[in-house]
Parts: sequence; structure tokens; C-alpha cells
Amino acid sequence: MNKVVKNAQEAILGIESNMTLMLGGFGLCGIPENCIEALAASDITGLTCISNNAGVDGFGLGMLLRKHQIRKMISSYVGENKEFERQLLSGELEVELIPQGTLAERCRAGGAGIPAFYVPAGYGTEVAIGKPVRQFGDKMYLEEQWLKADFAIVKAWKGDTNGNLVYRNVANNFNQAMAMAGRITIAEVEELVPVGSLDPNHIHTPGVFVQRIFQGSKYEKRIEFSTTRE
Amino acid sequence: MALDKNGIAKRIARELHDGYYVNLGIGIPTLVANYVPKGMQIILQSENGLLGIGPFPTKDEVDPDLINAGKQTITALPGSAFFDSSMSFAMIRGGHIDLTVLGAFEVSETGDIASWKIPGKLVKGMGGAMDLVASARNIIVAMMHTNPQGESKLLKKCTLPLTGVGVVKRIVSDLAVLDVTPDGFKLLERAPGVTVEQIIAATEGRLIVEGDIPEITI
Repeated sequence: MNKVVKNAQEAILGIESNMTLMLGGFGLCGIPENCIEALAASDITGLTCISNNAGVDGFGLGMLLRKHQIRKMISSYVGENKEFERQLLSGELEVELIPQGTLAERCRAGGAGIPAFYVPAGYGTEVAIGKPVRQFGDKMYLEEQWLKADFAIVKAWKGDTNGNLVYRNVANNFNQAMAMAGRITIAEVEELVPVGSLDPNHIHTPGVFVQRIFQGSKYEKRIEFSTTRE
Repeated sequence: MALDKNGIAKRIARELHDGYYVNLGIGIPTLVANYVPKGMQIILQSENGLLGIGPFPTKDEVDPDLINAGKQTITALPGSAFFDSSMSFAMIRGGHIDLTVLGAFEVSETGDIASWKIPGKLVKGMGGAMDLVASARNIIVAMMHTNPQGESKLLKKCTLPLTGVGVVKRIVSDLAVLDVTPDGFKLLERAPGVTVEQIIAATEGRLIVEGDIPEITI
């Protein structure tokens, strides 16, 4: 078994135009910076990107937006990005907005082999349009379906060469659910360690979900809103 | 005099109970954290994956892997837990969060809430708001009673796209504390110096006023 690839360029081999990708992260926290940079340097275009957010101008998925590589975003919140707004208003970009918890669960369901499930979020709103509804007890629920991706690209703090992953703080966010839902899952990590150096009790994503892993060459970890006290 | 944002937050803080797990939305709701009564332990949830939000970090403590749902840098208190987004919303959807406080553009007399989209303005998305309002056992809305033009935001029926249907239990506005009941908004308390007549005039939806309405104490 060899899941280790040299770098981001090698990790993204096989990603083609018009594919569907999942990209972990919440805002700029826990995003796969190295793979995004490699995608931005490629000619791949027409991508459908499933990601909670769409980056900021010139960083994160904003890098792919700037190069018009994304055809459709599936997200819960897409503020903080002027180029995104421009492409949306001009019709260059399609956007599907999904409640955040539903988005996370749809990714998890995709990885867990659950084609559909019921949630209360969005009942009676425009999110419910076209979706079956069903009453359980005295409450109404929407049917939501799994999401899967050709490639899921996640970022972890530490990973071993078997693909076991550990996330740090809130940089886990969507990475754990998305790691399950890729036909091929690429994990980039801050620190790639030999098998046996991670405590099996502390693994967040078991290696079975990960097909390719590499240590990112650099992490900028840009902060959107630095708020401090004295 | 109408309450200011901090006044609204102070009044909402009186709804807290020791041991509550609470999700605070962006804006006025976030201020509630500043007024947790001394000696009371409240555990704040951030839906991007943290139970146990602490104060903002000092300059030296800033950690890009530690932000809140508004993407601001924060700290985690001793005894905190980190988890992934699907687990986070399992807590919310599963009814394990005791109280959700969030803002709104409009609330209807049947508890509908509109808080995420204004037609004609750019849509940024609902984030976790739809999950939160559809799931929390107890939802308090912190809002201004009227818009800057003086038009009521407590309506018979919401005019803006909905975030949730029949979900709001209590509203703390700059003018009043009200419950959403099967018969409409029920006036419970009024801001210091604000008259019942002023509240009636500022409320478009059905308003129930019974007996003497006490002033809000904060």
C-alpha cells in the first residue's frame, strides 16, 4: 500500500475539467491550500465545488474563481468575496445554497452510504422547493439526499502514511465529513508521520477513506478577522 | 427610552440558566456573552466545531485554527471540545443545545422568521441559521422593533424569504419583551419609559396586552 504522493501536483492528477470536487474548510480555516494552489496553476475548468464557503478574493477558492475555473458552487455562505459577487451577478457562476448542517450531513451521508434522510432545516422555506416532505411526530421534515464527489480534498494537521488523519482545533469542520465522500480522497497535511506514530485513540479520519496523502510545502493559514483583547 | 444593543443583550442574559449550552448568532446575540451572571456556567457553542468559546485572544494567543462561526479569532476555555461540522449540527438538530439567540429582519405573529435574504440585494447564504431555527428547543430573537423608516418588523406575515416557519418563541426588541403564542405576540415587558401605546403602534402583527405591563429591569 502506498498512498503517499510527492506533492500537490501529483495529488491532483486525474482531476479533469467539469468534475465535482469537495473541498474542506470553514472560511479560510482548514482549507487545502496546497491543492487549491495546484488547481489554480492548472488548466482545469468547469468545476463544481462543494465547499462551505468560496474563499476570499485571491485566496482559497478565490484563486480558482479569479481564473474562472469554477462553474458552480454548492455552499452555505458565500460572502467576503467581490469577484464571486461579480461572477454571480453576471451569470458566469451558478450557486446552490444549502443550510450548513444539511450540507455537512449530505457529505457525511454520501460517505456513509445513506442516499437520503430527513431534516427539519428549511421546511417551509425556498430550500424546500421540489423536495419531498414528511411528518414525524408533530413536526415536518424535508428529504435531503447524499452528496458525493469525484475528488474530495481535505486538509489535516497530522496524517500517517496509511492515511489516518488528525485535525487541529476547529480546522476539522467540513474536512472529516468530506473525507468520507470522495471517490478519491486527497489529504494534505501539515505533518506526515510514519505509521505507528499517531495514537489510534485519537484518529479523526481512519485511513480507509483516504487514497492519497502528502505533506503540504507551506501553510499561510490566513486569518479573515483577527479579533483580539488587550 | 428604548434599549440599545447592550441593553437588549443584558435582558436576554436573564434568560440564561446555569449549565445551559447556548448558540449565539452574529451581532447583538454575541453581546449576550458579556452579561452572563457571575457564578453561572454557560457553555457557548460555535457551529464550526467548538463547545466552550472563550474571550477573544491576546495578540500572542491568536491561532488561525481557532475561529468562531463569524470567522473571528477566539479562544477555547478549559474543558472545551472540538468536533466536525456534522457532529456540530447533530448537537443542534438533535435538540441538545438549550438556547439559540439570533437576529432577524422580520418575525411573524405565528413565529415565522426571515433573517437571511433580501430580494434585490446580494444573497450571501443562510449559513447555519436554517438548521438552528428549525431545531433549537428554545429560540430567542434579538432585534429592533422597527426598521430605520419606523416600519414594524413584528408582522402578521413575513414579507421577506423565510428562514424558518413557526419557530420563534420569544423576542427581545429595543422596545419590549414578547412571546409568540397561538393567539399572536404577547407583550410581557416594556423598555424603561416606553409606553404600551408606543409598542402597539410599532407592532403590525396581532398584539395581546393583558393587565399591567412591567418595565424591563436589567
